[in-house]
Amino acid sequence: MPEIKVTPLGAGQDVGRSCILVSIAGKNVMLDCGMHMGYNDDRRFPDFSYITQNGRLTDFLDCVIISHFHLDHCGALPYFSEMVGYDGPIYMTHPTKAICPILLEDYRKITVDKKGETNFFTSQMIKDCMKKVVAVHLHQTVQVDEELEIKAYYAGHVLGAAMFQIKVGCESVVYTGDYNMTPDRHLGAAWVDKCRPDLLITESTYATTIRDSKRCRERDFLKKVHETVERGGKVLIPVFALGRAQELCILLETFWERMNLKAPIYFSTGLTEKANHYYKLFITWTNQKIRKTFVQRNMFEFKHIKAFDRAFADNPGPMVVFATPGMLHAGQSLQIFRKWAGNEKNMVIMPGYCVQGTVGHKILSGQRKLEMEGRQILEVKMQVEYMSFSAHADAKGIMQLIRQAEPRNVLLVHGEAKKMEFLKQKIEQEFHVSCYMPANGETTTILTNPSIPVDISLGLLKREAAIGPVPDAKKPKLMHGTLLMKDNSFRLVSPEQALKELGLAEHQLRFTCRVHIQDPRKEHETGLRVYNHLKGVLKDYSVQHLPDGSITVESILIQATAHSEDQGTKVLLVSWTYQDEELGSYLTSLLKKGLPQSTA
Amino acid sequence: MAAHLKKRVYEEFTKVVQQQHDDLSTKKLRLTKPSKSAALHVDLCKATSPADALQYLLQFARKPVEVESVEGVVRILLEHYYKENDASVRLKIASLLGLLSKTAGFSPDCIMDDAINTLQNEKSHQVLAQLLDTLLVIGTKLPENPSVRMRLVEVACKHLTDSSHGVRNKCLQLIGCLGPVEKGAAKEVESQAAKDVQKIIGDHFNDQDPRVRTAAIKAMLQLHERGLKLQQAIYSQACKLLADDYEQVRSAAVQLIWVLSQLYPESIVPIPSSNEEIRLVDDAFGKICHMVSDGSWVVRVQAAKLLGSMQQVSSHFLEQTLDKKLMSDLRRKRTAHERAKELYSSGEFSSGRKWGDDAPKEEIDTGAVNLIESGACGAFVHGLEDEMYEVRIAAVEALCMLAQSSPSFAEKCLDFLVDMFNDEIEEVRLQSIHTMRKISNNITLREDQLDTVLAVLEDSSRDIREALHELLCCTNVSTKEGIHLALVELLKNLTKYPTDRESIWKCLKFLGSRHPTLVLPLVPELLSTHPFFDTPEPDMDDPAYIAVLVLIFNAAKSCPTMPALFSDHTFRHYAYLRDSLSHLVPPLRLPGRKLVSSPVSPSITPHEDPSQQFLHQSLERVYNLQHLDPQGIQELLEFTIRDLQRLGELQSELAGMADFTATYLQCQLLLIKALQEKLWNVAAPLYLKQNALASAAAKQILEETYKMEFMYSGVESRQVVIIHHMRLQAKALQLIVTARTTRGVEPLFGMCEKFLQEVDSFQRCFISELPHMQGSFVDKLLDLMPRLVTSKPSEVVKILQTTLRQSTFLHLPLPEQLHRATANIIEPTGESDNPLRFTSGLVVALDVDATLEHVQDPQGTVKVQVLYPDGQAQLIHPKPADFRNPGPGRHRLITQVYLSHTAWTEPCQIEVRLLLAYNSNRSKASTRIPKSAWNESLEALPPFENGIEGTIPFSKPVKVYIMPKPARR
Repeated sequence: MPEIKVTPLGAGQDVGRSCILVSIAGKNVMLDCGMHMGYNDDRRFPDFSYITQNGRLTDFLDCVIISHFHLDHCGALPYFSEMVGYDGPIYMTHPTKAICPILLEDYRKITVDKKGETNFFTSQMIKDCMKKVVAVHLHQTVQVDEELEIKAYYAGHVLGAAMFQIKVGCESVVYTGDYNMTPDRHLGAAWVDKCRPDLLITESTYATTIRDSKRCRERDFLKKVHETVERGGKVLIPVFALGRAQELCILLETFWERMNLKAPIYFSTGLTEKANHYYKLFITWTNQKIRKTFVQRNMFEFKHIKAFDRAFADNPGPMVVFATPGMLHAGQSLQIFRKWAGNEKNMVIMPGYCVQGTVGHKILSGQRKLEMEGRQILEVKMQVEYMSFSAHADAKGIMQLIRQAEPRNVLLVHGEAKKMEFLKQKIEQEFHVSCYMPANGETTTILTNPSIPVDISLGLLKREAAIGPVPDAKKPKLMHGTLLMKDNSFRLVSPEQALKELGLAEHQLRFTCRVHIQDPRKEHETGLRVYNHLKGVLKDYSVQHLPDGSITVESILIQATAHSEDQGTKVLLVSWTYQDEELGSYLTSLLKKGLPQSTA
Repeated sequence: MAAHLKKRVYEEFTKVVQQQHDDLSTKKLRLTKPSKSAALHVDLCKATSPADALQYLLQFARKPVEVESVEGVVRILLEHYYKENDASVRLKIASLLGLLSKTAGFSPDCIMDDAINTLQNEKSHQVLAQLLDTLLVIGTKLPENPSVRMRLVEVACKHLTDSSHGVRNKCLQLIGCLGPVEKGAAKEVESQAAKDVQKIIGDHFNDQDPRVRTAAIKAMLQLHERGLKLQQAIYSQACKLLADDYEQVRSAAVQLIWVLSQLYPESIVPIPSSNEEIRLVDDAFGKICHMVSDGSWVVRVQAAKLLGSMQQVSSHFLEQTLDKKLMSDLRRKRTAHERAKELYSSGEFSSGRKWGDDAPKEEIDTGAVNLIESGACGAFVHGLEDEMYEVRIAAVEALCMLAQSSPSFAEKCLDFLVDMFNDEIEEVRLQSIHTMRKISNNITLREDQLDTVLAVLEDSSRDIREALHELLCCTNVSTKEGIHLALVELLKNLTKYPTDRESIWKCLKFLGSRHPTLVLPLVPELLSTHPFFDTPEPDMDDPAYIAVLVLIFNAAKSCPTMPALFSDHTFRHYAYLRDSLSHLVPPLRLPGRKLVSSPVSPSITPHEDPSQQFLHQSLERVYNLQHLDPQGIQELLEFTIRDLQRLGELQSELAGMADFTATYLQCQLLLIKALQEKLWNVAAPLYLKQNALASAAAKQILEETYKMEFMYSGVESRQVVIIHHMRLQAKALQLIVTARTTRGVEPLFGMCEKFLQEVDSFQRCFISELPHMQGSFVDKLLDLMPRLVTSKPSEVVKILQTTLRQSTFLHLPLPEQLHRATANIIEPTGESDNPLRFTSGLVVALDVDATLEHVQDPQGTVKVQVLYPDGQAQLIHPKPADFRNPGPGRHRLITQVYLSHTAWTEPCQIEVRLLLAYNSNRSKASTRIPKSAWNESLEALPPFENGIEGTIPFSKPVKVYIMPKPARR
C-alpha cells in the first residue's frame, strides 16, 4: 500500500518553530522552517540533522514551502539554507517573499546586535537565501518537478499567508499553516475548495476555544478609544509591527473617518512604514472592502495616522499612539507608557497576549505599582484594557475548514497536546475520519488508497458503453478490455488492438469435452436428436444444424460420433473457446444429463 | 418543392407591392426592397462555401422580418438546412428559426412539424441543442395547445439519453417549461410522455454532468412556478444534492428545498441516525442554515436570502440561529452580549472594566460540545460575520423578515443587529438600521444597546444619520436615562452637523410623544429650572434649545401635569414655536393662559369639511356669474382668487386644489381683462402701447396653463381638456393681438393656418370630451370651422374676436387629489457671507440638497438652474442616482453642481433654483386619452405639438456668494 509519512520537527504538539516533513509518493517536502520564541539555545531551530545524517539536504528534499512570514514559520530559513546547506527551491507567496526578509533582518539584529550572539546567520545569508525563493500566486499550480505540484490557497491570518496543497499523482496533502476563518478589517477568510486531500495538516492553536463575534470586540475597542479621546485622554496601543497593527490601524482610520474625529493618531516609525508600503502594494491579498475601494483610495494610505515623533508624547490634548513592541517590555512603547501612566485620563490597550515577566503582563494582571530600573517605583493610574485580536481559526473554524476540504485523514500540529486531544476526538466523532497528532520527531504513517487513472480508447469505451443499460454515474460498470502497461502509462484497449500493438498473433484457447450418450441410433440421427433437444431448451440462442451433421450453439461446436468400440454409445464432442466458457460448461452439464426419451 | 418555393417567393413579392397602394404611409421605406425571404433565398443560393452562407445569415439576422413573411423565410431556411453539410451553418439556421418564431404576431404551429423533423437526422450535438431551444420557443408561443406541448415533451424525453450535456440540458429545460402541469391533462393524453414528468426530471438529479443536474433542478423549479405541485419524495433527493461538488447545483438545490419546505411545511421527516422525527420545514430550515457556511459565497447569499422567507419554522429552531456557545480552554464563556445584559440587569452600568472580566467560568463537559451542529445553530452569527458583504446584507434582510413575524426572535436578534451598525460597508450599516426600524414595534432598546445605536449618530454619512433619526422616531426606550442619553447624543449630533436640524427636531417630536412619562421627570433638568431661583432665559434661536422644547412639548401633549413645571418664558416660547414650527409643536391645553386659547375642537375631521365646502361654494359662485356686469365679474374673480390663495395657505391638505383653481381663475381673469381693453374699439395700429397688456396677458395665460398641466400631480383628463382649452383661447388672443398690430397680411396667413391646425388637433385629441363643452369657445369655433377655413385672415380674426367675447366660462371640475409639486432647497442656505472662492477657469463643486414633493418622475424632469450675474444661465441635469425616495410622493435631491466662471473683481451672488422640465410630448393628455384616438392623430399631428419643451421654476431661488479669483501665474 502506498503511504504518506509525516514527521514534525517542530510544532508537533507545540507552538513555535513550525517545521514538518512530509514524504508523499517518494517525494520529500518540508513545510515551514520556523524558530522558537521561547528558546535561545539550539532548541530554537528545528533539528535538521534528523532529515539526513551525512548526505546533502538538497538531495533529500524536493522542496521547501513557507506558509507565511511569521518568524515561527520562517525564522530558521537562512540558517537552514545557508548554514546547514540547502540549494533546492523554496516556495512562498509574493507578499511573504517581500516581507519575510525584513523580519528576518530585524530578528538577526536583535539577536546579534542586542544580545551579542555569534555564529548566527548574517544579512548576506538572508539575501542569498531569498534568492532561492520561488514566488507563487494564489491558486497557481506550480510544477516542482514532473510529478510534484503545489498550489496555494488564501489563508487570511496575515498578509500573504497561504495554505498549500501538495500533490503527487492522485495523492495529496493540504497544509494550512496558520489561518483564520473569520474575516477581519484588512484580510478575508481562509478558503479551500473541496479538494479531498488524503491528509489535511492543520494548525490547532485554538482547538478548545470558540470565540465571540468579532464585532463585539471591535466595537468595544472603538468605544474605549473614543471615550478616552473625548475625555481628552491619551491612548497607548502597544503592538508588534506587522499583522494586528495594520488591522487596528484600518479600524481606527475608518472610525475616525466615519465619526469625523480630529484627534491625531500616531504610529511609531521604523519597520512599520516599510511594511505598510507592502500592504499598499498587495491589495489583491486583502479583504473585499479594501479591494473594492482602493481605486478611489487605498485604505492603507492613512489620512489620520501620522508618523510618531518622540517629542509628540508630551503634547497636550488627546491622541492615540501605536507603539512597538507589543508586550511593553522595551523600546518606544515602554517609554511612552512611563510618561502617561500617571494620569488616570489616559488608557493603555493591550491588543494581544503578553509573556510572563513583561510589563504588559504585570499590568494586565492588575499590578498598580511597578518597579522600574533604578529602584524607581512607577504608579500606574491610567486605565488598562485588554482586547484579544487574534487571527487564528477557533475550534469551529477548524471544523469548518475540514468540512470544506473533506480530507480522508487529519493531522494536528501547532497547538498544545491537551487541547489537540479534545479536537482530535471531536474530528473523529463528527467526520468519521482518522486524526493524528504526532509529537516532534514522531513519524505518522498514513496508508492511502490512490485511484490509478487508466486511459481507455474511445472506440472501446463506446463499444462497451453501448452494451447493457444506460451508464449510471453511481454504479460501477464492468468492462472487457486489455490493460496495456507501456512506457509508464496505463491504457485499456480492445484485445485486437493490443495484439496489433504488441505484434502478437492471436491464439485461441479451446476447451473440448466428450460426453457419452447411450443411443443406438445412427450418428446423424443422434445429432438430430441433440439438435432438437437443444433447440427446445435454449430458446434464446441461435442453434444451428450444419449440413455436415455438427451442431453449433452460438460459437460452440457439437459433433456426434459413434464410439469406436461400442456402437450403442455415441460420443458427443463439445468444443468451445474460453470466452464462451459459461455457455460451454452449461451445455456440457446439460448434455451430461442425457437426452430426453424421444417418442419417435 | 423548389418550384413551389419560387412561387411562394413571388407571391410574397407581389403581396408587398400591393400593400404599397393601400397602406402608403407606414410602408414607405420598404417600398424599394423585395421581400426578405426572396432576398435570402437568392443569397443562400449564391453562397459557395459554408463561410459565405454563414455571413449571409448573420447579415440577415440583423434586420427584422415582418410578420407576414416569417413563414416563407422559415421554409427557405429549412430547405437550406437539409442541404447544408456544415454544422455551424445549420446551428445558425436553427438559432434563426428560434428568433423568427419569436416574432410578435406570428403563430409558429405551422412550422412545428418541420422543426421536429429536423431533429431526426441531426448528428451534431450543438445543433441538436439549438434545435431543442427553437422548439422551446415554439412551445412557449403556443400556450393554448396541450397536444403540441405533449409532442414537444415527448421529443425532449427521447433526446434525454443523448451523450452531450448541452442536449440534455435543453431537453430538461424544455420539459420544465412545457411539461404538463395538471394531473388531469396528463391522463387524457395517453402517450408515454404523459408519464410523470417529475420522475423523468428527478432521474437526472444524479446525472454525471453538474450542468445537467443544475438544469434538472431548475426544470423542477420551473414546473413548480407553473403551478405543478411537486412531490414530497423529491425532498430527500434534493437534500443529497446539497452536498454536491458544484456550486450551481448546490445553489439550485437550496432553492428546491426551500420550495418543498413551503409546500409541505407540516410533514414529518425522520432525522437520520436517530429515531426522532421533525417537521419538514424545520428540517429544511436546518439544512439551509447549514448552507450559510458553505464554501461558495453564491450559495451563501442564496441560503441567507431564503432563510428570511421561512416563517413557519418553529421558534425553537429559529432562536438557535443566533446561538453560539463560546468556550475558552474547554470552559464555558459568556458572550459579550450576555455580559452586557447581565451588567445591565445587575443594575450596574459601565463598570470599571478589568482584565479577566470575560474570564471563562465553569468547565464544560467535553462530550457535550458539538462543534458542527447539524441544526440551525449559529447560522445568522456566521452570516452576519461573513467576509462578503452580499452575504451580510442578505442575512440582515432575512433577520428583518423573520423578526417581523416573531416578536421573541426580534428581541433576541437585537444585539446582533446593533452590532451590524459598525459594519465596514455603509450599505450594510444602512440596511441594518432600516431593518431595526422595521421591527421596532416588537422591541424595546436596553440602555447599553441604545448607547451603541446612538454612537452611530456621529457618522459622517448623512444617509446613515437620517436613517438613524427615522429609527429613533419609532423606537421604544425603557428608561428615563435612555431618553436623556438619546437627547444628549442628538444634541451632540446637532452641534456637529447643523444641517440635520429638521430631521433631529422631527425625531425628538416622536421621541417625546412616545415617552411622555419618561420625559416628565427630566423636565426640570432639561429646562434647567430651579425651585427657588429664576434661571436666565435661554436663547430662543438656539436650535438645541428648540430641540429640547420640541421634545418636552410633544411629551406634554399627553401628560397634563407637565405644564406645571414650565417657567414663564417657556410658555412664551411655546406660543412662538406653535406659530413658527407648527408641524413640530402640537397644540397644548395650557390652563389659565389666555395667550394660547385652545382652538382645537375635540375632533378635527368636521373641521375639514367646511373648508372644502367653502372651496366648492366659492367656485359655484364664480361659475354662476354669467350675467353680471364686467366690472362685477372682475371683482368677484379677484376676491375669489384671494380667498382661495388664503385657503391654500391655511389648509395644507387643500393647498393643491386651491392653488390649482386659483390659477385657473387667474387665467380667466386675465382673459376677461384683456378682452375689455379699449384697444379693441379703436383702429388698430394706433395703440401699440395699449396692447402691451393684452399680449402680456396672453403670454402669462400660456405660462400658467403649462404650470397647471405639469406642476400638479393627480390632474385627470377632464382638467387637461379645460387647460388646453384655456391655452387655445390664449393663442386666439395672441393671434388677434398680432393681427391688430402688424401691417400686411402675409405673416397672418401662416399664423391663421397654424391656429386652425391647433383647433383641429384639439378636436382630435379631446373628441370624447367635446360634448361637455357646450357653449364654450371651442364649441362655437368648431361650428364655424367650415367658414373659417375658407375665409381670409382678417375675417378669421374678426370671427375669433367675437367668439372669444361670447364664449362662456368653462366649469373646472376638481379631481379627488391634487398636489402641487414643490421644491425646497435646504442647502445651500443662502445665508453665508463668506464667498466661495475658487480659481477662475477651474471648477468648484456646490452641494445642493433639496426636498421635492409630489413630483412625478423626478429623475427625468427636475433640473438645477444656475444663474450668473452676467445673465448667463446654466442648466444641470442631476444624475438619477442623486434622487432618493424617502417616502411616497417625497423625493430628496442630493447632488453636486459644478460652477465655473472667468475671474471677477469682487464676489457676487449667483442664483440656484430648481426647474421642472416638461415636454408636451409627454403631456398627460396624450397618455390619458383613449388609445385609438391617439393612433389616429399620431401621424397627422402638427409638428409643434411634439416639440414644445420648457421649464417651470418651482423652487425659491437661493443665492450663493461666489468669487472666482484670477489664476496666479
